[in-house]
Amino acid sequence: MNQIVCIAYVPDTETRVRIAPGGVSIDETDVKWIVSPYDEYALEGALQAKEAKGGTVTALTFGPARADTGLRECLARGADDAIRIASEGVGEVDSLGVARLLAGVIRTVPHDVVWMGNKGVGTDAQLLVPMVAELLDLPHVNLVTKLEWKDGGIRAHREIEGAQEIVEMPLPGVIGATKGLNEPRYASLKGIMAAKKKAIAVKTPADAGVDPATISGEGAHVRWTKLELPPARGAVKLIPADDPAKAAAELIRLLRDEAKVL
Amino acid sequence: MSNVLVFIEQRDGKIRKSSLEALSLGYSLSRKINGTPGAVIAGAGISALASELGAYGAAKVFVADRPELLLFSSEGYTAALDAAAAAFSPSIVLASATAMGLDVAARFAARRGVGALSDVMALDVENGRLVGSRPVYSGKARVTVTPAPSAAIQVATPRPNVFPASKAEVPGAGEVVSLDLPALKIRAKVVKVEAAEAGEIDVAEADKIVSGGRGIKGPESWPVLRALCQELGAALGASRAAVDAGWIGHEHQVGQTGKVVSPSLYIACGVSGAIQHLAGMGSSKVIVAINKDPEAPIFKVATYGIVGDLFQIVPAMTEAARKLKA
Repeated sequence: MNQIVCIAYVPDTETRVRIAPGGVSIDETDVKWIVSPYDEYALEGALQAKEAKGGTVTALTFGPARADTGLRECLARGADDAIRIASEGVGEVDSLGVARLLAGVIRTVPHDVVWMGNKGVGTDAQLLVPMVAELLDLPHVNLVTKLEWKDGGIRAHREIEGAQEIVEMPLPGVIGATKGLNEPRYASLKGIMAAKKKAIAVKTPADAGVDPATISGEGAHVRWTKLELPPARGAVKLIPADDPAKAAAELIRLLRDEAKVL
Repeated sequence: MSNVLVFIEQRDGKIRKSSLEALSLGYSLSRKINGTPGAVIAGAGISALASELGAYGAAKVFVADRPELLLFSSEGYTAALDAAAAAFSPSIVLASATAMGLDVAARFAARRGVGALSDVMALDVENGRLVGSRPVYSGKARVTVTPAPSAAIQVATPRPNVFPASKAEVPGAGEVVSLDLPALKIRAKVVKVEAAEAGEIDVAEADKIVSGGRGIKGPESWPVLRALCQELGAALGASRAAVDAGWIGHEHQVGQTGKVVSPSLYIACGVSGAIQHLAGMGSSKVIVAINKDPEAPIFKVATYGIVGDLFQIVPAMTEAARKLKA
């Protein structure tokens, strides 16, 4: 079974966001980059399937050269190959643009399963899994928290609002992983050493059959016109807690009469 | 054309509140562009639901009522939206940013070669173009987004529980239009739905959330919080620390690797307020922090705070809320 795992290399979740001059992007100074946590569940899902069923796992990303570090991490954990679609000189790309690039390269690599996290932390758009599936004319199941392999397909649990859906999907297909699916492994020292020797295949948007002018700048499908920090919140009103019962009653009163949320 | 088409989600023959919010939003946008609001709904045996949508402004309700659409499939339900769009020629398409709405809106947008404004918390039209605002970096920043001027169809997914669901000033005719779908190609499909425990409200859809962190000390403490939830009609949330400790399922997690929420009231009990958690709930209207540690970062974002023992204070709040109702 051949599997492709698409990853995003994103600012660490600990990052304190600052806005860069220009007001449409974050200041990347001192930002530490990580493989998006949701994509780690996807990678782990692929590695477990490979262990059970054999085949290969290819890690794929769209990003600048620093994203090679994220791909090496995937190799160290057990991916066989890695491909980076170089973003240098491409400009800001929205979800559909990224989906077109990923789909373009995925078409050139044999695949039974395409994996992704259900969202990239950062842009948080949650659009990529269905978009890539649609462009590849594949079925998909998103928000997967549990997975069984069946003959020629999967049976997955998917987390929706207040319920779980059980979904059956034949392969090839796209799986969007979320927290709960598994516990991502750490790379072994042996894996880290082996990953250093592996080559990362660098492709261009043209290799994906995409003209950058159709996905960024004037060709972007969605424009970020202004990025700002959330408005500051007022100072906290502390309620003395000498008498817990009184404090609780006062709090409930404030929530009703002052904040008007009860 | 300046029609606005809204995808309506139903489960077990009931329209989801988040879809009525999207329809109300669609109605108000349509008034601004002198357009007509319409709705599309898919399922089996759901034709009667269409009549509810006129009150929220829908002039036309496109119905895909077929046995194979009884349970959700992204391909089947996207085909319904696609067929309705072909019939109604909307300039704007909305679907709530739920698991189902995102699946359908993203597939539809990719099929039409347009982008989507995902998970917007504000949405308006300026010179005929949508302008939205949405949280990024899990709520640590917000971005103003707009579709390309060339987009033939503008797609957006409004976040649940942010926009009001209100009946339209001028009700729509709610004229039912039966969709004649082509042969459906359905590969991935839902075969079963397992509802959460009775009475559980999902944190992503909740108007009020009571949340517990490491300070609750263990899973045996959830009943203390659940009692307050029940009294307030709130959902039960949890910090990453509580989820990773195995005290409760991930579906309750609020924060960067859980759900990003914006209820009108968020009560954090024994939650210290890691940056990821603050990002995930920082846009709540009113935040209450109850924590022993006066230095806990949660107090920096809180509207009201009590420095004290949650095991004394939370039950007293439950009692006070009960008295208030009496």
